[in-house]
Amino acid sequence: MLQTNLKHVETVQDYRDLTQQGKTVIVCGRMGPMCIPVYGVMESLESKYPDIRFRDMEFDSPVAMQTIRALPEVRNFHGLPFTVYFRDGKVVAATSSIQTKAQVKEILDSRMADGTEAQAG
Amino acid sequence: MEDSRYDVIVIGAGAAGLTAAIYLARARMKTLVVDRGTPGGQMILTYAVANYPGIPEASGAQIAMTMRRQAEAFGARILGQAEVTRMDLGGPWKTIEVEDEGTFTARSVILATGGVPRSLGLPSEAVFRGRGISYCATCDGDFFAGQDIAVIGGGNSALEESVSLARQVRSVTIIHEFDHFQAQAWVVDQARREPRIRFLMEQDVREFVGDESLREVVTVHKRTGEVTRVPATGAFIFIGYVPDTARFKGIVDLDERGQIVTDDLLRTSVPGVFAAGDARQKRYRQITTAVADGTIAALSAIEYLGTSGVTLPPPPP
Repeated sequence: MLQTNLKHVETVQDYRDLTQQGKTVIVCGRMGPMCIPVYGVMESLESKYPDIRFRDMEFDSPVAMQTIRALPEVRNFHGLPFTVYFRDGKVVAATSSIQTKAQVKEILDSRMADGTEAQAG
Repeated sequence: MEDSRYDVIVIGAGAAGLTAAIYLARARMKTLVVDRGTPGGQMILTYAVANYPGIPEASGAQIAMTMRRQAEAFGARILGQAEVTRMDLGGPWKTIEVEDEGTFTARSVILATGGVPRSLGLPSEAVFRGRGISYCATCDGDFFAGQDIAVIGGGNSALEESVSLARQVRSVTIIHEFDHFQAQAWVVDQARREPRIRFLMEQDVREFVGDESLREVVTVHKRTGEVTRVPATGAFIFIGYVPDTARFKGIVDLDERGQIVTDDLLRTSVPGVFAAGDARQKRYRQITTAVADGTIAALSAIEYLGTSGVTLPPPPP
């Protein structure tokens, strides 16, 4: 179980509900040195982006194997965490390894904001 | 609305900053700690700490979380993911502006911004970050099971992580810029005894090459100019840290390496401004030395506020 203040995605149904419509960011990782800062970034942004759902997912869980880890967008990722940005059923961005708040905000503002085009990232 | 005036503002929430906050808050100093990242600093990046006195072994994140709780229990306010966008430290009242949080003033400031991992500065390093290039063997080692990888660096971290990685990969090539290692002798011996580790010395890393993910590391021998292409699906970079002090240039005195210059009470060149931890000029950088610095800086700040004899003007409106 991830010890964060984010809500966790624990079932495939949760994942489907979250990703098929609206805007969702899922950080898929462990409680490791590269992942903890990214959870912190997402926690700090939750209140500033109320239209976006910020979630995490245990990297070694069966649900991760069937969902995030099975996405073609993460096929060449070799660094935790995998952070995937969804908008109305599409992956609009995905990053591997640690990210700063500025990097995350750049993606949120360019790919997730209303008025920006949802394009594959 | 929360009062934005503090006795002391600590910039940086690593081991030094959190220790300073514990001492300050316990001494009833109204204390604010701001950090542009996650509180805990480099401690969070340490998977296992086995040489912190009194704790047989714990993760850096656990120690950081405990320090944070201690500081908050004494009354310190800690803001993470908080970028300082402007600061004026010259006068008796110091002012800092924090993105999305507002403007804060204090009579004393402790700079404890620590260090940031040194990068090779190659454009291809950014391209393959998370796609073969990693800075954490414990986090990402299992992506490379049975594969050939490279480790770049020659200090304790580079060699210890090489030994650890060698247990799960096919081969490790340690690439180092000098003809000798900076790591302690016992660590070097341990690496030399590992048959899956080979050594490529006196090399400059020229480029990381691949398509969707890393395929090889190109190096050049520093004396002969001979080019070597090292097949590697993973490259772990452990080449040390640089002080995170660029934002203090022109505000306090820095040395030629960008380290904040202090005296033995950790006073900087600006009255009321102190420095602690890896950001300041010193030889040894450990959690224990950062904790010592945080203690000294806090006690010095308390003394400055209490006995300096300075009659402070009222705070700015």
